[in-house]
Amino acid sequence: MDVLIYLIPIALFLGLLGLAGFLWSLKSGQFEDLEGAKWRILEDDDLDGSAEKKTGEG
Amino acid sequence: MNVHARDWDAFVTPAEEGAVHMDLAVEGITCAACMGEIERGLSRLPGIRKARVNLTSQRLAVDWDTGQTGADEIVAELSRLGYTAHPFDPASQKDRQDQTGKNLLRCMAVAGFAGMNIMLLSVSVWSGNATDITPETRDFFHWLSALIALPTVAYSGRPFFKSAFTALRAGRLNMDVPIVIGVTLAVGLSLIQTMQHQHHAYFESAVMLLFFLLVGRYLDHNMRGRTRSFAENIAALKAEVAARIGSDGSVREVPLSKIKPGDMVLVMAGDRVPVDGVVFDGRSEIDQSLVTGETILHAVGKGAQVYAGTLNGDGTLKVRVSTATGATLLDEVNRLLETATQAKSLYVRLADRAAQLYAPIVHGAAAVTFAGWMFAGADWQPALVIAISVLIITCPCALGLAVPAVQVVASGQLFKSGVLLNSGDAIERLSDVDTIVFDKTGTLTTAEPCLLDNGQLSYELLALAGRLALSSRHPLSSALVKASGALRPFGSVSETPGAGIEATVDGVALRLGSPAFCSVPDAEIGALLKMHPGASVIAVKHGAEPAVLLPLRQSLRQDAAAVMRELSGLGYQLEILSGDRKGAVRAVAEELGLANWQAEVKPGDKIAHLEALKQQGRKVLMVGDGLNDAPALAGAHVSLSPVTAVHLSQAAADAVFLGDKLQPVADALQISRRARKAIEQNLWISALYNVVAVPIAVAGLVTPLMAAVAMSASSIAVTANALRLRWGEGGSTRSEL
Repeated sequence: MDVLIYLIPIALFLGLLGLAGFLWSLKSGQFEDLEGAKWRILEDDDLDGSAEKKTGEG
Repeated sequence: MNVHARDWDAFVTPAEEGAVHMDLAVEGITCAACMGEIERGLSRLPGIRKARVNLTSQRLAVDWDTGQTGADEIVAELSRLGYTAHPFDPASQKDRQDQTGKNLLRCMAVAGFAGMNIMLLSVSVWSGNATDITPETRDFFHWLSALIALPTVAYSGRPFFKSAFTALRAGRLNMDVPIVIGVTLAVGLSLIQTMQHQHHAYFESAVMLLFFLLVGRYLDHNMRGRTRSFAENIAALKAEVAARIGSDGSVREVPLSKIKPGDMVLVMAGDRVPVDGVVFDGRSEIDQSLVTGETILHAVGKGAQVYAGTLNGDGTLKVRVSTATGATLLDEVNRLLETATQAKSLYVRLADRAAQLYAPIVHGAAAVTFAGWMFAGADWQPALVIAISVLIITCPCALGLAVPAVQVVASGQLFKSGVLLNSGDAIERLSDVDTIVFDKTGTLTTAEPCLLDNGQLSYELLALAGRLALSSRHPLSSALVKASGALRPFGSVSETPGAGIEATVDGVALRLGSPAFCSVPDAEIGALLKMHPGASVIAVKHGAEPAVLLPLRQSLRQDAAAVMRELSGLGYQLEILSGDRKGAVRAVAEELGLANWQAEVKPGDKIAHLEALKQQGRKVLMVGDGLNDAPALAGAHVSLSPVTAVHLSQAAADAVFLGDKLQPVADALQISRRARKAIEQNLWISALYNVVAVPIAVAGLVTPLMAAVAMSASSIAVTANALRLRWGEGGSTRSEL
């Protein structure tokens, strides 16, 4: 049972990390446009020219 | 034709590091491709820091360096890409940030996080209690739960604490009072139990309860938020701006909020008058149909009073703003509006009415349970534990979701039919309507006039007249353009302000304008008006031939008659209440087969009439669009207004409907009736659940695990029932709209 001393703080820390992540994304406005977000992942803007060419040829 | 530049700087707000920020409502964003196109296109401009399109609300937020680029260039680039942008008034900007929604979401996230962790610990304790947990471990888990639960309740419970406190101070009971009492008691007692090394604590019940309720609260809020943002877009698309004439004579477009009394405003031909004021210079005709419901054009000249929302004819006017004098039509309407809104705020929502019934019963049951167990010889602590479990198991968790869940689904259905809700309880109020009062102009009829009869006009002449009408911005001309389908205007057209326009076609003079301008005898006009009561008349004269008179009037919405039949078939009593003249209203009423109609009704009288109907015990739905309807819209039991309505009326109405048809009105009534039924079913489900659960809880047989399962099950049941509203409707969806 001594292992609980480590496990519980770790579990709580991971949970808090998730909560902090959510609150951060909320604050940075990522929940303001859920409709747009689902389309943005399909955009290829972040690929540079060579990568784009490669996918184009492939 | 708007030659004056817009003063874009008035719409800009400062952003960080010397950059500026502007919000635009963009027309024409329909898909994800548009989003990428706009963002990529704008970021090619120099000095653009950030350009982000919000697809949900169809808005664009841009940040840029003023040194390198200007607002004009951004708007120019947008229109080059094929999108029309309309700026928001920065004065209303701070209201647009959805602080409440974000706050609820934060509370929900914290409660969710805490609930999950406490549940993990609680399940361990429950299973440990059944097997081999040591008292030390159990205490440790309980203390840990307390450590998570206490700050969570303090943080996530704020929306409930605040609302319960406000209600109690006003001497009322609402849903939040039993919630707050239940949660506080549960946490407090759990703390005592923990200190005394007992087997059970109830932190998870308290926190999960908050979580479920916050979900309901957020759904409720979100539904209203979506309508609000669309309504604001519509307002921005309708360009709430005015062209101010500066002291140096320059004309710049500025937001309405920057206009002060005494300012001089330029109103171009065909534009809406943005302010109340007195004509300083110029002659024109004014279409006041949106303001008074009258469909006849009024000639105005120097010294005449003009009202915001009216449509200018073919002359350019300089107007001195007089809004501050306190005697304008707008002030009168505002005053009536305020009284009407106050009267309406007395309406108690169904959920709160249920809570008023519910709270005393729940609290009474818990108190009786406590007393009963004490009387039966139990210790105070176990007795209190049982009383609290009664409080928690009956707690309006399902009740909290019952109404918002249905409202969210129903508002989605309404949205599909083109109805946007302004207030959350509009659905409830729509469902108990039994009388519908329609305004005429712009509501039963289209907002713009149409050609009634071109029997005397040959096809060739209509085409010529249409081409000539293209050169005029008079509202009647645009109706003629639409009727003829003309595309190419004539090259040289001479205009006589306030009378008409003239061009020479193949050596023959062609005139379009007032009957006097085309020298038509009065007798002929009288005869035509007898045939078409309430119509406006323009004349066309080609060469030496006798002039042809054209009657124009706002025509009925295309499906108006069918919708009236449908509504009276459903048992609604229908009435027309219009500010227009008798003849015009009678014609419409006869065409629609409505026996109840009143004409020449002033805004105050409209309210009085609605009040009289209310005295008779009627629940009235008011449908109207004009400035004169706004107080009536606010005062009616529930109200709808078309999207073409003046801003004030839209704000006063409970819902706004889109499109040229009247069908959304009928749809709204039907959907809300079904929603009302679903809400009632949900309240019954919650009640039924309580009937089963309460005796078990009173008997002291509820373990925390059972309470948690029962609570979740009831919440899922009401949510599923709300979704049924969508499935059940599948077959009869009016997707063709």
